[in-house]
This record gives sequence, C-alpha cells and structure tokens, in this order.
Amino acid sequence: MLGKTAGGLFWMFRYLERSENTARLIETGLRIGMTRSVGTHDEWQSVLRTAAVEKLYRDRHPTLETGKAIDFLLRDPANPSSVMSAISTARQNARLVRTAITREVWGAVNDTYLILQQALKNPVSTRNLNEVLDTIRQQSALVRGATHGTMLRSDRFDFCRLGTFLERADNTARILDVKYYVLLPSVGQIGSNLDNVQWETILRSVAGQRSYRWVNQGETTPIGIANFLIFDGRMPRSLTYSVRKIDANMAYLEEAYGVRHASHDMSAQLMERLETETIDSVFDYGLHEFICEFLNDIAGLGRQIERDYRFLE
Amino acid sequence: MKAGVILGQEVRDRWQQQERRVARNVPCFGMEDSRSARHETHGGFFYGTDPARHGDSVPDDGPGTTPSIPTTVLQQVVKTDNGHLMGEESSIFDEMAGKAGGLRRPYESYRNWFDGENLSDLRRKSSEAELFFRRTGITFNVYGDDAADERLIPFDIVPRILSQTEWTRITKGIEQRVRAINAFLYDIYHRQEILKAGRVPVELIARNPAFLPRMVGASPPGNVYTHVVGIDIVRTAEDEFFVLEDNARTPSGVSYMLENRETMLQMFPELFTRIKVQPIQDYPTNLLRSLTATAPRNCTGECTVAVLTPGVHNSAYFEHIFLADGMGVDLVEGSDLRVVDGKIAMRTTEGYKAIDVLYRRIDDEFLDPLNFSPDSMLGIPGIMDIYRAGGITLANAPGTGIADDKAIYSYMPDIVEFYTGEKALLKNVPTWRCAEPEALAYVVDHLEELVVKEVHGSGGYGMLVGPAASKRERAAFTRKLQARPMNYIAQPTLALSTVPILTEKGLAPRHVDLRPFVLVSPQQITITPGGLTRVALKQGSLVVNSSQGGGTKDTWVLGD
Repeated sequence: MLGKTAGGLFWMFRYLERSENTARLIETGLRIGMTRSVGTHDEWQSVLRTAAVEKLYRDRHPTLETGKAIDFLLRDPANPSSVMSAISTARQNARLVRTAITREVWGAVNDTYLILQQALKNPVSTRNLNEVLDTIRQQSALVRGATHGTMLRSDRFDFCRLGTFLERADNTARILDVKYYVLLPSVGQIGSNLDNVQWETILRSVAGQRSYRWVNQGETTPIGIANFLIFDGRMPRSLTYSVRKIDANMAYLEEAYGVRHASHDMSAQLMERLETETIDSVFDYGLHEFICEFLNDIAGLGRQIERDYRFLE
Repeated sequence: MKAGVILGQEVRDRWQQQERRVARNVPCFGMEDSRSARHETHGGFFYGTDPARHGDSVPDDGPGTTPSIPTTVLQQVVKTDNGHLMGEESSIFDEMAGKAGGLRRPYESYRNWFDGENLSDLRRKSSEAELFFRRTGITFNVYGDDAADERLIPFDIVPRILSQTEWTRITKGIEQRVRAINAFLYDIYHRQEILKAGRVPVELIARNPAFLPRMVGASPPGNVYTHVVGIDIVRTAEDEFFVLEDNARTPSGVSYMLENRETMLQMFPELFTRIKVQPIQDYPTNLLRSLTATAPRNCTGECTVAVLTPGVHNSAYFEHIFLADGMGVDLVEGSDLRVVDGKIAMRTTEGYKAIDVLYRRIDDEFLDPLNFSPDSMLGIPGIMDIYRAGGITLANAPGTGIADDKAIYSYMPDIVEFYTGEKALLKNVPTWRCAEPEALAYVVDHLEELVVKEVHGSGGYGMLVGPAASKRERAAFTRKLQARPMNYIAQPTLALSTVPILTEKGLAPRHVDLRPFVLVSPQQITITPGGLTRVALKQGSLVVNSSQGGGTKDTWVLGD
C-alpha cells in the first residue's frame, strides 16, 4: 500500500472520530447549560478547552457566548475541529484514498458530508440543535457500520483503526485533563459524591453515564470515574480500551509486513503502563502528570507511525 | 470563468494563452488534466492537524482554492437558428427520427418502451439520476471544500443508440486512423519517411512545440505510442461521419461513459432486458490488459501498473480514482515516486516498490522537471532517462501530441493513406490552411461562416467563431489572419446531428457528438462499443457548455 494512502486512511478516521467527539461535546455543553440553576458560561469554556480550540475561539470572539461557542464548534471553517471542518477533512482524505476504501464507505462519508453541508449551511438555532446532533450521530453510525461491514481486514483496515483509536485516546485523555481538578481528591471531596453537574459533564462527554452506573451501581466518586475512564477495558472510550486496540492493530501490521518498528515498542510500552498502574498509583503519582505524559506518548506514537509507515516523503 | 465541458481545442488554447504554465492542447473532456498545474506546489495532501501536537493551532490553508475552470465550446459553434449557415432546422439529421420525421430502426424498441412510460415518472427518474451522480462523487472542478465548486455534468436519460452496422463502420474507420497515428509517431521519431516523401511539411514538425526531440530514436515497448485514444466524431447525415479531433495525449471522459451506463442499469433494468445493448463494463479490465501488454522488456514476473494523477485538485481526479480503482492498481502522485535502482518506484508502507507501467494523466511538459518544465512539482525528476533506458512504460508515450496537433489534423487523410495504403474511411472536417494563399483568401472572404482556430494555440489571440462574431470582431481578426496566416486554420460550421433529450414537454432534439475510447496494445486495438455522447441541452445550440446546459448521454451499440 502507498504510504500516502496509509496516511490518508489514518487521518480520515481520526477526523471522523473527531467530528463525533466534537458533536458529543456540544451536546454536553448544551445539556449542562439547560440543567444548571445559576447562569455562567463555564461549561463552554471547558468544552472549548477539551476540544483544544479555546485560544482559537478567543482570537475570533471577545466574549464567551453560548450561541457563538456552539456555532464555532459546529460549523466554523476557521476551527479545524468543528464538526463541519472535521467531516470535510475526513471526506477530502477519503477522496485521496478513494481506491483503498469500499464504495459503501465512500458513499457513507460522502452522504454525511452532503447532508451536514445542507444542515449546517446556516447557523443552527437552539431549537433545531438536537435534531442536527442526532443526524450527526446517525451518520457516524452509518460510516462506522459501512466500515465494519465492508472493509477487507487488511493493512488498510489497520490504519483506519489506528486513526480512530489514537484520536479517541487523545480525546478521552483531554477530557480527563480539563477536568482533572474536579477529580482530585485533594480538593476536599474525598468520599463525597461529586457535584452532579461535574460528573455529568465528564460522563456525557464520553457517552458513558449509563455504562458507569451499570458498572458502579450509581456510586459517583472521583476515583470511580477516573478509574472508569482510564482503566476499564470494557468501556469503549477508556484509555485502556483505546490503547489495547492500537496495540492489537500494530501487531496485525507487524504480522502482515513481517517488520517490527519503533512504533511497536512505543505502543507496547503504553499498554504495559496501563496494565501495571492502578488508579491509586496514578493518584499517588499525580493525575495531571499522568495524563500529560499519556497525551505526549500518544502524540509521539502518532508521529512514529507516520515515519515508520512512510505517510510522508 | 464558466464551468464546462471541453470539446474543441480552441477554447483550451485561449485559456493557455492566459495561463502560460498550463500544458498545451490537452485533449480532454470537461476536466482538464493540465489544469492542476496551478496547484502543483501543494501536492494535494489532505492530512490533518493533530490537536495533541499543535494544540489550538490552525492548519495550513491547504491546497489553493482559487477556482480555475475551463470553459468549453463545441467546435463549429454556431446557432442553428441562423438559417443562413445551418439551413432550416428540418435539414438537420435526427438520429431517432431521421430526416422524414419517422422513426429510425435502431430506436424502434426504445421508442416503443418510451411511449408506454409515464412522462412524469421519467422526469422523476431523471432527477434521481442527478442524486445518484452526486452521491457517487462524480463531480468535476472540485477545488477545496466548497461544494458550490463541485459541479455535475448534467445527464440525460434518453440513450443515444447506434446499430451494429453503424458501429462497425465507425470502428473500422477509427481502427485505421489509430494505426496510422501510431505508425506516424514511430516514423516521426525515427526515419521521418513521411517528411522525406513531402507528404507533411518539415516545418510543421520542426517548429511544433508538441514535437519532443527527447523522443527521437526512442522506441516504446511494442511500438505503442498511444495506449489510450479518444476520437471525437460528429455526424451530419445517415452516412456522413466526420472526425472532429484526435485525442492522442491524455483523453478523458471514460469514467462518464461507464457511470452513465451504470446509472441507466440502475434506473431502467427492464429496458436492458428488453433491448440487447453491448456491454462496456470491461473497459478497466481491458485497459489493464492493454497496459500490461506493453510492459518493459526487463519486467520479470508480475507487472506493476499505477495511475499517475496531478492530485486531488485536478478536475479529472474522479476519473483517475475511477480508473485506478477499476484496475485495482495504485493511484500515485509525483510526490510518491522516485528513482530507485534504475526504476521508478513508489513509496509504500513497506518501502519503495518498482513500477513497470505508468498510466500517466499529466502532460508531457510536467512529467520530468529535469528534462522538461523545470518548475513542475507534478512530475518525477529523471523519469525520462529511466524511460529512454527502457525501465518503465509511459502510457501514453511522451511526444504523442504531435499526432493530434491542429496543424497536423488537416494532413490526417494523407497520413492515413501514407501508412495504410488505403483511403481514410472516416472523413476529416474540411480545413483551410491559411498558410496557403488561396485558402487564406477564401477564409477572409467567408469569415462569417467559418470557425478559425489557432494552429498551436500559442502566440495568437484565440479562435474566431465567424457566425457568432460581430462585424468589428471579424475585421479585427482579418488583420491578425493576414499578419500571421500560418498560425491559423479554418473550418466550416457543420449541421450536427441531433438525438432527443427528455424535457418537461417530452422528447426534443438536441445536437450531439461522440467520443469513442480506443485501447491500443501490441496485439490489438480494442474499441469500447459506444463511447461518450455529449449533448447541447439548450434548444438549437451547438454549444456544449455546462453553464449553457451541456450534458452527456449513455451511448448504446445494439447487439446483433
């Protein structure tokens, strides 16, 4: 496979994942805004920070306003992580790798683009926002379904999966990082239930509120949430789950090509750390430091994969 | 600038004067390969920004987004309501009705079916077709993300139908012509017998920018120069077919031919069970077979084929994807390639892999910055040296443009006769070479009924469409003609045949032309039954321009 094609698949799926994550963040912000009794715009600041676009937003808008934040996250072309930008970039990459994806996958991505382009042509009113977010969710499911149902399980698929899970690991770690102070036991909430709004922000951002309750029987503690998002291998957006998938796909590539690269060692190290650490050791070490290192490692792994598989000249 | 479908070369040439860096005379359809030259520094990469790496950073603006859209005009552009030139509308040959307003045989079964259909159902089908095209991504002129720049070439659901007899006649003529073109190219780059015999003037070749001195003495594998050819044909009567243009460089449009059929099969399955239409779907397979058959001699074992595209911003990018996909080969850009051990190799996830045959969809002058245009970022430095050493096959061979140059066109009947010993089966459109004093005098006298074109598309001021030009424009053009007559040729306007399209009120005749696609291998010439029919959707118009309603049709050749 061409290195360029591998890179195109990798980034196509990173952007698809990102578009979904951004949509979920908007939903979270909206939900919090509606259920909160006092009026501040804190939730949007934390949403923008989680999406790593806070500075970009501030450059363009002097004040933090719900409508502006939503529009910025949903459709602003100046925001590379906005839902529309991410879908456009994903589609451009899909065009680039058109020969490496099935007709169904291309069709699903192209449809998504065409539908959203129509839906996001003008600013979306709060009244219609849920409908638009629903559409995004449905379309993401369609793309995922087409990918799983029709793509050959070859190196092509491995690069798609690497993109998906690197982006997801990055996203979940970012949510943890932005909210780490909420989860810190030192803030003085040891043993107490978290503020409803805070835990909901976190769990909604990863579509995990139900799952968390199933797993923890409703007990919402900082340590419980951190453990769930970092170590629970059953939770499809946790760090452990994502890294396990990355590691597995790296192994498939090693098997297919018969070559082990530096990136294999890096992903193995990441996996090993998640397998040996516990939530207690992480809190002892420092949650913030742990997350920062993880984000760095994930970024480093992405760069190494790019080099090892010759995405670029 | 208007978006559109390229038909003749003249408008292209006007474009090239405005945009000198764009390659000359690229035969193409709607989506001009060379157009991407303006984007070449970008390489068409659409990777993304990594938030983990860049934080809040904004990505590069990415590839340029200035729309540069080729215009298009059907050659012999005239308005048919100009009775002086075209005669009465009734004198125009309709391929369904014939001259008498009846029903020609090839259309009988279709017309039977059509008359039993409900018009509004068909209208609805027609709009479904557009949705189908958009969803498949068959758009052209795509620049950046803005969907406003993604256009569809309108598709008309009424097929253009040719009988087996008509088709046999056309293919015999095409085959003869394509053989002659390859023999001519071999001769021109070797012994130049035709020049020695005085059948083609030496200066026509020597001063022609389409002639590549680097190709002199080089022999492509199997002596195939033009692996893929598109011959543009127009019809004026039951038995009158003319070649409008030979496209021997990188003819495009074949993806439209295939997708048009695919759309028809989806929309009207019952029609294809009633009427036996010769299939065309094996084109990609035949293309691959044809390309593989011309692999270099040093190619051992399995032969690796790739398609070379100028990149994602090229307006024919869809077609490049389509063909690579259809053949199951890689679609590469110059930035994926480099010279490794005397071969051209592509960068894969496992290292560099040698390519044996490159179906290139970029023009000669962008192919090799070391040998041709030094500022081209599209090509591969050193590929011409590898090519000359027999390390790779390029399809089409560099330098084939000398065979479809407009100056050469008027000599085609002589060329065919010289190499085949037979009279040309397909006629040329009569052409006045203004370099000849008598011809010049005639052209100047009859300017209002002629189309005057530049020969090389360089150093002039574009073409003149006599019937559409004002008195003043004609006077100004006359001065140019007289100043540099050797720069021009002139042709009459033709009464192009019509085929009905579906309008709100039912069937209505519109002018058409035809581009059959020809594959050449050392063993055989394969012509896909049918080709691409282009149609002027506007009543009376001969202008096939998407902004003025130019479109395409599925083309059927009936089975026996």
